[in-house]
Amino acid sequence: MTATSEEPLSGMPIVGSADRPFLSVNDLHVTFPTEDGLVQAVDGVSLSVERGKTLAIVGESGSGKSVTAQAIMGLVNRKSATVTGEIWLDGQELINLPQREVQELMGMEIAMIFQDPMSSLHPFYRIGDQIVEAIRAHRSIGKAAARRETLEMLQHVGIPAAERRIDAYPHQLSGGMRQRVMIAMALINSPQLLIADEPTTALDVTVQAQILELIARLQGEFGTTVILITHDLGIVADVADDVAVMYGGRIVELASTTTLYDLPEMPYTLGLLSSVPRMDQKLPERLDPIRGNPPSPIRLPKGCVFQPRCDYWQRVPGEACLTVRPDLLESDPDHWVRCHLKVEERKQIARDVKQILAGGGE
Amino acid sequence: MFAYLVRRVLLMLMLLFLLSVSVFLLFAILPGDPARLTCGKACTPAIIESNRHRLGLDEPPLTQYVKFVSGIFVGRTFSADSPQPIKCDAPCLGYSFNRQEQVMSLIARSAPVTFFLAIGAFVIWIVVGLALGIFAALNRGRWGDRLIMGISLIGYSMPSFFLGLLLVFFVIIKWQFLPFPAYVAPWENPFQFFQTMLLPWILLATLYAAFYIRLTRNQVLEVLSDDYVRTARAKGLPERTVVVKHALRAGLTPIVTAAGLDLAGLLGGAIISENIFSLPGLGALAISSIIDSDLPLITGITILTAAIIIFANLVVDLLYAVVDPRVRVI
Ligand SMILES: Nc1ncnc2c1ncn2[C@@H]1O[C@H](COP(=O)(O)OP(=O)(O)OP(=O)(O)O)[C@@H](O)[C@H]1O
Ligand code: SF4
Ligand SMILES: [Mg+2]
Repeated sequence: MTATSEEPLSGMPIVGSADRPFLSVNDLHVTFPTEDGLVQAVDGVSLSVERGKTLAIVGESGSGKSVTAQAIMGLVNRKSATVTGEIWLDGQELINLPQREVQELMGMEIAMIFQDPMSSLHPFYRIGDQIVEAIRAHRSIGKAAARRETLEMLQHVGIPAAERRIDAYPHQLSGGMRQRVMIAMALINSPQLLIADEPTTALDVTVQAQILELIARLQGEFGTTVILITHDLGIVADVADDVAVMYGGRIVELASTTTLYDLPEMPYTLGLLSSVPRMDQKLPERLDPIRGNPPSPIRLPKGCVFQPRCDYWQRVPGEACLTVRPDLLESDPDHWVRCHLKVEERKQIARDVKQILAGGGE
Repeated sequence: MFAYLVRRVLLMLMLLFLLSVSVFLLFAILPGDPARLTCGKACTPAIIESNRHRLGLDEPPLTQYVKFVSGIFVGRTFSADSPQPIKCDAPCLGYSFNRQEQVMSLIARSAPVTFFLAIGAFVIWIVVGLALGIFAALNRGRWGDRLIMGISLIGYSMPSFFLGLLLVFFVIIKWQFLPFPAYVAPWENPFQFFQTMLLPWILLATLYAAFYIRLTRNQVLEVLSDDYVRTARAKGLPERTVVVKHALRAGLTPIVTAAGLDLAGLLGGAIISENIFSLPGLGALAISSIIDSDLPLITGITILTAAIIIFANLVVDLLYAVVDPRVRVI
């Protein structure tokens, strides 16, 4: 299970994306020992993102999206969790990096926006000072210069009257404004990788679109690579190049956004997509989200983790779904699926479901 | 901020008013005749009546109250119509006929003792409580944490008089590390002062520190998992900055304010410690005033200690508003 790397830990960085994508995660495991037992929050996740692209990670609550993101960021507390696997960012392996060097990357090369802008800013400090602190943690520039830069960035992320707001306390701003501040803070050092963990979930619907637009615009300007975490497949189509669907701590389907929307192959993805009105505009909201509950991360089923909620497991011969964990296999180039069903069968199921949905208006 | 200050001061004055009124009402409706309590076994109705008059108890409660309050600001004279009127200068909290002394001067004599006792214990318990609590939180689950929590549990569950008696028995009587306590003012004999105060400080500080270690540990653990602390980490700040500037600043503020209130409570007298170590402080004075049924003294001490607590509340809240910007707008 422990993936030991053959690469030198702190040797020469491997430059260029010829042999390796900008970010690649290899067999990532994150385990929390708790009083109830071991929590396998992330159980063998592998993924990669090309420079400047956006990868969306979707999945229900508890599927391990945030823990995956925090592991990439280096935020998982190693005292309370075991992290194994490899995370390569621009030729540098992060998991075995000493804490000091991880600190240098955090906020400089990798930045993160969190779900709840209400609680993510420190209530005691002015927002300008909090951003200035982020600058001066990594660059030795004077306070005045840092403040000028902060002001520019606040204007850039669309904060009205930024000259005044720079001295505001977080509680004096609305949720949308605070998330803009968080974005400004995350992008202030022009990081190469931005991880946005449900950046719009806590916001009003009208504000959600604005924030997503802002992230997309800034990504274009700065050439940032983005990992966007969400449980809302509806917002993914517009922004993401690729989508990773997570379930029970693993990736169950990984494909380009067009492929995934066009012909999803894993029954869980199919269920997720069916409950998104966007897939077919005429679709009424009558479709239930997937029945049942996500699995407990402590006692995972022996076979396919999705089996208790799957409508199709009986189509797999020999009850393999009950006893054998499916692997993530490439069904088409760059389309990875974790399911025992035969590729043709999965595609047929997807076509049938789409058919029913499309004709479901009568 | 200014409006907040004005509002809080007005609130404090109102509380003081309500408090003094209720103390007066309480003694007015309490069963038993306060005048009867002023003279011992050899009592005649005539003495009772003259005492009643001297105490002003023959006047309606409202008049008594007004005289009491005005006495605080401009002073008053007791037994004005007798051959030996008793002058009581402002701020006059009343006159103890039992002790033949102004309540204020009785309190003024005892207050420094309690003040030194409380401040000394406060300094020790804050330093020990915060330091060990933070250490335990940052080393959660390791043996250092367990040891500290175990010891603090013992300190926390030990009755204060028992711990006090243990200290007296072993340190003073058995091992004779320290002489029997005899209070002197620090400016008269600093060495003897410290010898006397050492055990009371340790006793009080132990009791409070045990509680504050747990409070601090829980609070620090809680803020360490707060979102804004995660944000601070995500900025790539050094762990020290994350802990001190972001976590502790937010986490310790409510603890220090709670400590301020506890200190105020102690300033009103630490009854058990003062009695165990024969310290002539406010707590001891309060107990003896109750034993003697010295009504003016009881009233004076009650109102004064309550006023200290109300005032401390105000100071603590104002400090909190200075530290936490969210408070001001509420
Ligand atoms: N510090 C921790 N200790 C123990 N278990 C944890 C810890 N952090 C996360 N988990 C568990 O790991 C699993 C995955 O959590 P994670 O936060 O990654 O889910 P998520 O996909 O982000 O869900 P959500 O949509 O609710 O944010 C959950 O079951 C969670 O309870
Ligand atoms: S492996 Fe079996 S149970 Fe799992 S999703 Fe595929 S068909 Fe359903
Ligand atoms: Mg999450």
